[in-house]
Amino acid sequence: MTLAHPSDQLTAGAPKRRRSAAREGRAPGRTPIGYLFVSLYALLTLAFGIAPAVYTVVLAFTTGDGGFAGFDNFVKVITDFRFWPAVLHVVAYLVIWLIGLLIFVVALALIVHALRARWASTTLRFVYYLPGALAGASSVLLWLFVLDPTASPVSGLLRAMGFNSFVQVIQPGNLPVIFAVIAFWTGAGGWIVIMYGALNNISTEIIEAARIDGANAVQIALRIQLPLLRKWIAYMGVMSLAAGTQLFVEPQLLSQASNAIVPNDYSLNQLAYQYAFQQNDFNGAAAISLLLLIVALLLSWVFVTRGGLFERE
Amino acid sequence: MTTLSQQRTQRVNLGGWSGRAIAGVVVLVFVLFFVIPIVWLLLAVTKSSKELILDNAFAVGSWADFSANWNQLFSFQDGAVTTWIGNSALYAVGALIITLIVSIPAGYALALTEFRLRKALLVLTLVVMLIPSTALVLPIFLELNTVGLIGSPLSVILPMSFFPFGVYLTYIYFSTSVPRDLLAAARIDGCSEFQVFTRIALPLAAPIVALVAFFSFVQNWNNFFLPFVMLPSSDGYPIQVGLTSLLASTPAFNPSSAGSDSVQLPTLALATIVSILPVLIVFLFSQRFLVTGMTAGGTKE
Repeated sequence: MTLAHPSDQLTAGAPKRRRSAAREGRAPGRTPIGYLFVSLYALLTLAFGIAPAVYTVVLAFTTGDGGFAGFDNFVKVITDFRFWPAVLHVVAYLVIWLIGLLIFVVALALIVHALRARWASTTLRFVYYLPGALAGASSVLLWLFVLDPTASPVSGLLRAMGFNSFVQVIQPGNLPVIFAVIAFWTGAGGWIVIMYGALNNISTEIIEAARIDGANAVQIALRIQLPLLRKWIAYMGVMSLAAGTQLFVEPQLLSQASNAIVPNDYSLNQLAYQYAFQQNDFNGAAAISLLLLIVALLLSWVFVTRGGLFERE
Repeated sequence: MTTLSQQRTQRVNLGGWSGRAIAGVVVLVFVLFFVIPIVWLLLAVTKSSKELILDNAFAVGSWADFSANWNQLFSFQDGAVTTWIGNSALYAVGALIITLIVSIPAGYALALTEFRLRKALLVLTLVVMLIPSTALVLPIFLELNTVGLIGSPLSVILPMSFFPFGVYLTYIYFSTSVPRDLLAAARIDGCSEFQVFTRIALPLAAPIVALVAFFSFVQNWNNFFLPFVMLPSSDGYPIQVGLTSLLASTPAFNPSSAGSDSVQLPTLALATIVSILPVLIVFLFSQRFLVTGMTAGGTKE
């Protein structure tokens, strides 16, 4: 597997691809079989990808009774006193989570991959991976216990940090870290396995050659493995960023479990939900959704153009 | 090979010592971080609520307490938990089947055939994959509302079946890991395009089918926001949404709920385990398979 230069990605010119297609032995010319194979997927894409997105745009620019609203909905939600706090909450969470994820997932994958004892590497991957079975509401529930000093398995640690009650633990300032820890606990293992797989994809000859040339483990990691992992790291960044902006279930359950010490409009998605289901303002909800969408797309584009997600070989 | 690794051991044994110690500590800290909550959870369900708070966090409780917790959980609201698990299974498996039927051929077609708008569909797949799925939940709600599907299992199954990530995984697999010469050879030997897919590509794609199935099932089972919005009635909840009902009835976290149908902490812990049991089983059985699938591509070239 060779990493393509960024210019070789999907965005590269079509003539070039067609030439390579012939060389690669793709079906010559156009055969109807391609249409048959993608038809169902195209249908679902239309129904649950394009149509809802278009609908969001329409709703965001119309009033409740269908008239054109211009940017009124956006002005309304942005000047909402709950909007900017929610933005800050999500950004704080994302920064902590993404940095933690990038550093620790890559480091752990490299370490686990470097282990020569097969059983140790397999066991570790399994241990890191297992919490991924608990996602969504289940992992939040478990962490409610872990964060409650009266029942927690790490109550000693919590008390040593000065937290004697659940209410003290879930003070607003701690929440971004708490959500980042929960998300890391649940999601990191899957990424470690994926990074491990990507590391296995690196030809052993390259690694051996570097070793014979005198590179130590750290140099191999930094100069060879890390650059070759670039695509997967970017991929992890994109997926995690997209997932992170969706922050919903964690604050939602924490809000429920804390008698609203954590507000039910903590994150942007919760705010959108409040607009839709409490205020019956679907246009305002769509405006928030659209803003989330645009931000995620812009940031993702940076990863996509730099990470080489779409090279074909 | 063995001589090589012996040489290597000798070369790094001095410089690598401190590095290895640091790596060891990092690995150990994260093992504890990942394992402690799970071990605690498994033990918590064997205790009474009093023992849970007073006893050592890692003390083992008793079978009697476990069965008391079990009974309390499954008698909650006249067996609501059983209904929720059934619903989860229906939604997750239903969407999984449709996802496989839709995604595998689509990924193959995107990678190895030519058709109009191929590139557009590919870009769209990546774009939709990167759109936060919750951003589409409310619009899908409104869309399905107009056709009267809200509250029906289809309102959850159909949107979950749309799984661009699965298509992308399949596309990557077919475009990087299936030797094109093999497909070309099959064509020369007289396979039709359809046979190339069913006889050559599909058997080679077993790891990626398993991978897509795995991700799809786990994601569907754990999906919270979509059913939370689509299914207004408790009868239709999957277990993940049902957990919120249990949490709302737990006096420890919600003091106003102390009543006849209240849920104690160990029971809530048991609910957490029960809610992830199918996913956990899939995890246990699929790991080897999964890792094989993730790494199968590289060793060939």
